[in-house]
Amino acid sequence: MKPFAYQAPGDAATAVRSVAADPAAVFLGGGTNLVDHLKLGVAAPDLIVDVTAATSNEITDDGAGGLRIGAAVPNSELAADRRVRDRYPVVAQALLSGASGQLRNMATTGGNPLQRTRCVYFQDVTTPCNKRKSGSGCSAIGGYTRYHAILGASEQCIATHPSDLAVALAALDAEVRVLGAAGERGIPFVDLHRLPGEHPELDTVLEHGELILSIDLPPLPMAARSAYRKVRDRASYAFALVSVAAAVDVADGIVRDARIAFGGVAHKPWRATKAEESLRGAPASDDSYRAAAQTELAGAQAQDGIDGGNAFKILLLTRTLVATLRDLAHEET
Amino acid sequence: MKTELSLDVDGEPYHLAVDTRMTLLDLLRERLGKMSPKKGCDHGQCGACTVLINGRRALACLALAVAHDGSEVVTADGLAHDGALHPVAQAFLDHDAFQCGYCTPGQICSAVGMLDEFAQGWPSAATIYPASEPELDHDEVAERMSGNLCRCGAYANIVPAVQDAAGQMAPR
Ligand SMILES: Cc1cc2nc3c(=O)[nH]c(=O)nc-3n(C[C@H](O)[C@H](O)[C@H](O)COP(=O)(O)OP(=O)(O)OC[C@H]3O[C@@H](n4cnc5c(N)ncnc54)[C@H](O)[C@@H]3O)c2cc1C
Ligand code: SF4
Ligand code: FES
Ligand code: FES
Repeated sequence: MKPFAYQAPGDAATAVRSVAADPAAVFLGGGTNLVDHLKLGVAAPDLIVDVTAATSNEITDDGAGGLRIGAAVPNSELAADRRVRDRYPVVAQALLSGASGQLRNMATTGGNPLQRTRCVYFQDVTTPCNKRKSGSGCSAIGGYTRYHAILGASEQCIATHPSDLAVALAALDAEVRVLGAAGERGIPFVDLHRLPGEHPELDTVLEHGELILSIDLPPLPMAARSAYRKVRDRASYAFALVSVAAAVDVADGIVRDARIAFGGVAHKPWRATKAEESLRGAPASDDSYRAAAQTELAGAQAQDGIDGGNAFKILLLTRTLVATLRDLAHEET
Repeated sequence: MKTELSLDVDGEPYHLAVDTRMTLLDLLRERLGKMSPKKGCDHGQCGACTVLINGRRALACLALAVAHDGSEVVTADGLAHDGALHPVAQAFLDHDAFQCGYCTPGQICSAVGMLDEFAQGWPSAATIYPASEPELDHDEVAERMSGNLCRCGAYANIVPAVQDAAGQMAPR
């Protein structure tokens, strides 16, 4: 591990100034991803700025039914919060489906959505990877692709985003509050992460030195009936092969509104707007749910790979969406 | 780069200079001789290094020591009181909940932290929504302890040990 200096400022402005001034500086949250990357040689900063004291560790009511979640709030506390469990069960379920009790105690609200892909080649510095080293090639294409994308991939990178929380936040139209050298701004959560395109080295639209201050959940009454369903290789403590975050508003057997996002299938949490559109006004039936999945996945592209490829994800995700919506609609009656 | 920090470990205060790269796990084992937290994977995947930081279970292998300046750390060594084993440790003995014992200190610290989380009403992925009052049945214990792997596969006895300890620790 390369030597680095460490700072733990008590305020956000100082943290931003330190990181913005040094291209080789990084923020530290709970460290559950960054410290692993320091050991693997995937990250080699010369300055680490711990932001757990510089950002809020509180969840506050916005007075209109929404919640502001400070960047330093641990994943475990967020999942246990009564308001979150009542108003946005999808958020609590997504968090609880991820990692382990120990990791959730350490991981932060700001760090979780910024964790990097679990692509095995990205984490193995002996293999080419465009995300880790721009222009070096993509070892995953034609390699192990079980955990890789079926939507929005590019010829440079087929990685998926591993966060469960991020999928729930994308479905709920959350907003990210960030502070940078140029001041504070809000970013719709669905626009935080990028598709890989020509620049897979960039996971998000954040500028170097931009610090997440909070994640804001807007008031969304229908989210009281929301759920996260994750399909994985083990019953617990494993990343998603596919996952679905959904909220539905069903009345008299008709879907009035829906919010849907997919995990495990793209470089970013995949907001399924086409599926949502196809569901509005449709009967609350398996046929509608299947049609919605098929509409969204019409452009899906499976990867071939030495592990048999990932074409299974298309059917798996279709079924996972149908099952999630069926359960939610049933809950509604 | 060296930095100074203070820690309370198993009830004793320490003040030391450490390299910023040092993890809490290496500090405990190599600087303080606390050998109960184990280095299983060193990547957050096995739970063998579990300790309690300010009362909460955490992975010492992914914790930079400098980031925990001023914290109170309890390892499996520090759970005993007045020469008596902690109820969770005693339950592991009573139920023969280990073979080689390598994962055991991490399992015990994790169970202590988990039981406290449970007592505070924290949910788990096994808790059905909308949350009724969960019981510490097999599925709850297995889910809440899933961050602790046991290569010997002693799970069949670990789950009852944790349930037994929970029963003994519950306020009557
Ligand atoms: C064995 C294992 C299993 C896991 N399983 C799952 C799983 O199933 N599902 C899942 O979703 N996750 C899983 N995780 C990942 C875990 O959830 C993330 O590592 C964690 O959420 C990251 O949060 P952190 O605070 O520790 O981030 P850190 O590691 O501290 O930081 C992560 C990144 O975010 C940046 N950062 C941190 N805070 C801020 C901020 N406020 N503003 C700007 N940048 C910031 C850092 O610079 C770094 O680049 C797993 C991890 C491990 C080790
Ligand atoms: S899929 Fe992306 S992260 Fe994985 S090897 Fe290819 S470029 Fe790297
Ligand atoms: S050694 Fe820390 S989790 Fe394995
Ligand atoms: S007792 Fe041997 S690893 Fe668990």
